[in-house]
Amino acid sequence: MSTKLIDIAVTVNGKSVERRVPPRMLLSDFLRHELHLTGTHVGCEHGVCGTCNVEVDGKTARSCLMFAVQAEGATVNTVESLGTIAKLHPLQQAFWEKHGLQCGFCTPGMLMTAKELLAANPNPTREEVAEAISGNLCRCTGYQTIIDAVMSAAEAMRNTEVTPS
Amino acid sequence: MKPAPFDYVRPDTLDEALRLLAEQGDDAKLIAGGQSLVPMMNFRMAQPALLIDINGLKSLDYHRRDGDVLAIGALARHATLSASALVRSLCPLVSEAYRHVAHGTVRNRGTLCGNLCHADPASEMPAVMLVLGATLVLRSAKGERRVAASDFFLGLYATAVASDEMLIEVRIPVSVTSCGHGFEEVSARQGDYAMTLVASSLDVRGGRIHAAALAYAGVSDRALRMAALESRLVGQMPSQALFEEVAAAAADSIDVSEDQHADRAYRRDLIRTLTPRALAQAAARVAA
Repeated sequence: MSTKLIDIAVTVNGKSVERRVPPRMLLSDFLRHELHLTGTHVGCEHGVCGTCNVEVDGKTARSCLMFAVQAEGATVNTVESLGTIAKLHPLQQAFWEKHGLQCGFCTPGMLMTAKELLAANPNPTREEVAEAISGNLCRCTGYQTIIDAVMSAAEAMRNTEVTPS
Repeated sequence: MKPAPFDYVRPDTLDEALRLLAEQGDDAKLIAGGQSLVPMMNFRMAQPALLIDINGLKSLDYHRRDGDVLAIGALARHATLSASALVRSLCPLVSEAYRHVAHGTVRNRGTLCGNLCHADPASEMPAVMLVLGATLVLRSAKGERRVAASDFFLGLYATAVASDEMLIEVRIPVSVTSCGHGFEEVSARQGDYAMTLVASSLDVRGGRIHAAALAYAGVSDRALRMAALESRLVGQMPSQALFEEVAAAAADSIDVSEDQHADRAYRRDLIRTLTPRALAQAAARVAA
């Protein structure tokens, strides 16, 4: 079977990237293995767990359900785009302070989902947060501290001006 | 959990996509949202030799009123449709069912037309299309044909779409004021595929049921519309007793499936319980 490689150009976390990839390479594997951005995690590879969530052209997407070739010309942001150790995103700060993670495996996907929620709804109720994260599975926390973290981040973001990085 | 190798092409025009389908349809699959297709490819349950990516055909991302139907294009995303005030006003059953469809991230890319072509037996929208009497427009390089929803869902993951065809548009009749809709679903988590779901529409005039539509999903190899039960409702006054009688008949007549999520007895129990609720909702929602 022909396995013609395809040249792609993608903007990832603000940087232009060009690579030659086989069509079957998942976006999740492209980010992790080609670009060494291992913040995006791989859990189920069929779209139900949410650990692979990234942002494609401004909306969260399951990177395990996209092929890298489909990201040609797209703007992709991963969890690495949120902040740095020296300058955490308010969501990262809040997840730390409110024990929104234990093993941390679901956390990148949770952060990308929470970021999308707060951009659309800066003042959510706990129920709205629960609904928003319902597509992200967590085995450790029982979700309540994740909701605490998102609510805390929402308040912090409402009270300060967030400078885009 | 990695897909088999395939070739990939992203046509710039609809004509080019249809030409590729005509040439290689038997070995090719269209990809739009990919939220159902790619899991199947990752499991290697689907191994197309060629993937035709239609995400560049932006003009297919629309939903609009067209006379007395709501017309929805091939690339209309679940997220757009579920948030749409136009959809809610023209076809409220669609908006209600969307509360049970997947999760936000999946809805960002997934498309209604892709969902209907995938025809998962426990998916919400096939049942909704059956109840609302939707028409599905199939286009190929040879031309266009229209298929009624009642002729579209043929079996497990099987539809009337031929290998050289694309589902280009869904046309849903606009709801009339004498109609009310009902929808009930039980699933392990909200957004999961249904263990059982009931969708219904009742047209009530002068206190009697003038027309009825009743469909199920999650209970068989495809969404089912229950014409025999609908004729039991027509001409009757809506009542709890009538709805429970229809529910019992549904539970007895459907050859319900069994799997690790729910056994036959539980599915029959869900049919008996959810049917009266959905019918009562529909009757109550008829505009006063």
